[in-house]
Amino acid sequence: MKNKFLGIPYIIWMAIFVVVPMFLIVGYAFTTREGGFSTGNFSNMLSYAGVFGDSFLLAIIATLVCLLIGYPISYWMTREGPGVKRIALVVLMLPMWMNFLLRTYAWMSLLENTGILNELFSAIGLFKLINAVTGSNIDHFPMINTKGAVVLGMVYNYLPFMILPIYNVIDKIDARVIEAAQDLGANSANVFRRVIFPLSLPGVISGITMVFIPSVSTFAISKLLGGGKTLLLGDLIEMQFYGNSYNPYLGSAVSLVMMVIVLVCMAIMNRFGDGEETAVML
Amino acid sequence: MKRNGVFSRVCMILTLIFMYAPIFVLIVFSFNASKSRTVWTGFSLHWYADLFHDTRILGSVATTLEVSVLAMVISTVLGTLAAIGFFSMRRRSRAVVMAINNIPMTNADIITGVSLMMLFVFAFGAFNATLGKALGVTLKTGFGTLLLAHITFDVPYVILSVMPKLNQLDPHLYEAALDLGAQPSYAFRKVVLPELMPGILSGAMLAFTMSVDDFVISYFTAGSGASTLAMEIYAMTRKRISPEINALSTLVFVIVLVVLIVVNVHSVRQERARQKRDLAWKRADG
Repeated sequence: MKNKFLGIPYIIWMAIFVVVPMFLIVGYAFTTREGGFSTGNFSNMLSYAGVFGDSFLLAIIATLVCLLIGYPISYWMTREGPGVKRIALVVLMLPMWMNFLLRTYAWMSLLENTGILNELFSAIGLFKLINAVTGSNIDHFPMINTKGAVVLGMVYNYLPFMILPIYNVIDKIDARVIEAAQDLGANSANVFRRVIFPLSLPGVISGITMVFIPSVSTFAISKLLGGGKTLLLGDLIEMQFYGNSYNPYLGSAVSLVMMVIVLVCMAIMNRFGDGEETAVML
Repeated sequence: MKRNGVFSRVCMILTLIFMYAPIFVLIVFSFNASKSRTVWTGFSLHWYADLFHDTRILGSVATTLEVSVLAMVISTVLGTLAAIGFFSMRRRSRAVVMAINNIPMTNADIITGVSLMMLFVFAFGAFNATLGKALGVTLKTGFGTLLLAHITFDVPYVILSVMPKLNQLDPHLYEAALDLGAQPSYAFRKVVLPELMPGILSGAMLAFTMSVDDFVISYFTAGSGASTLAMEIYAMTRKRISPEINALSTLVFVIVLVVLIVVNVHSVRQERARQKRDLAWKRADG
C-alpha cells in the first residue's frame, strides 16, 4: 500500500496555491508601484508603528484573559462526570456553528450606549446610585467603540479555542500518575503544580497559538466593536487590498512583517514546552 | 480526583452566560415585530416568512453549501491520497512536505486570503493579457477561485486527521491480505480503507466545518463574482443587519443543536450497550 506517487497531485497543488503565493507576498513586499526592488514599503510602515503596537497589545491582553478564564474552566471541566463533560463540550462547540460576525454584531446590541446592558443597569438604578455616591452625572457606561470592547470581542470569539486544547490534554492525563504523586505524599496543590500543570503545557501552548494568531490579525471585530476608531493590523492589510488606498505592495510588506513576528513568537514559545500539534485537534 | 465546589460551578455558569448572552439576544430579536435590535416591540414570525422570499440571502446560503460540499469532497480525496503518499516517503522528504502542509493552518487567515488573492489577480492578469486575448477568454475571480481557496485550506485538516490512522495501521494486515491472494487494489479497499475510515470521516467533517465557518479567506478570494453567507452578513453590518439573518441563524442553531443531541445520545447508548456486553462476557468467564 506504500505509494509515494499518490502524494504528487497535492504536492503540485501546494506548490501552486501555498508556495507561490508566499513568494508573491515576499516579492510584492520588496517592490514599489513603479516596479523595481526597494525597501521603501518597510520604511513607510514606520508611520503605522502605532497600529502594530495596538494590535499586539490588544491580542496579548485578549490571549491572557482567555488563558485566565480558560485554564480553570478546562481544569474544572475535567473533574466533572462523563455526562456533564459531554454536555459541556457540546455547549462549547455550539456557538461556533453560528457565524462569528453575527455573534459579534449581537454584542453591539448589548454594549451600545442605549443598548441592552445599559438599559438593564439603568433599570436597576445603578447609574442613580453611582451619581448619588460620586456626584457625577452619567446615564450610561461608554462600552461600544472602545478598545475594551475589541478585547471583549476577541475573548468572546476565541475562548473556545483556548478551552478545548487545554481540556483535551488535562483529560488525557493518566489518573495513575496523579495517584502515584498522591501516594508519594504530595498534597493537592503540589499535585497540581508538579504534575498536572507541567503535563498540560502542550495544551496551553496550542491554546495560546489558536487565540493569539486570529486576534492579532482580525479586522472584522475591530470594525464592529471598535467602531473604526482602533485600527488594527488586519484592518491595515484589508485597506491595502479593498479600499481607496489600493496598495498591495504595502499590504504585502505589512503581512510579511506580521507573519515573521508571529512565527518568531511561536518558535520561542515552542521551546518552552514541547508543543505537540496533536493537542490542537479535538 | 476531587469534585468541583460551589465557586468553580458558579464560574463555569458565568462563562456559559458570557458565551450565550449574545446568542440569546440574537434569537429573541429574530421574533421581534420591528426592525430594532435593542427594543422589543412584540412577537412576530414575519422575519422568518421574509427570509424564505429573500433570494439574496437564500442564494448566499446555497453558494456557501455548494462551495463547502465541493471543497469537502475534493479535499477529502486529495488529502487522503496525499496522506498515504506522504506516509510512504522517506523521513526527511516527509518532514518537508508536512511543513509546507502546515503553512495554511499556522498562517493567519488574512495572510492566506491575501496571498491567494494576489495569486489569482497575478495569474489571471497574465493569462488575460496573452493567451486569453488570443482566445477571447477573460478569467475573473468568482466561484471557481473561491473553491480553489477552500480546497487549499481544507486539505491540511484532512491530512492531519488521516495521518494518525496511518501511523496506527499494522502493515502486516495488508501483507497478510496479499499472501492470501488479494489483488493490491482489493486488499487496499477491504483492509486498509476500513482502518483509515474514522480518520477520513473526521477529516471530511472538519473540512466542511472550516468551509462553512470561513469568512476571511472567502472575502479575499471570491471577488465580486460569488458571495457566501458570511460575506453577505459582513456587507450588511456596514448598514444594518436585517432580522431575517437572525431568523436564519436561529434555524441553523436549532438544527445543529438537534444534530448534536442525537449524535451524543446515540453514542451514549452505544457506550452503555458495550459496557453491558463487556459485563456479560466477564460474568460468562467468571
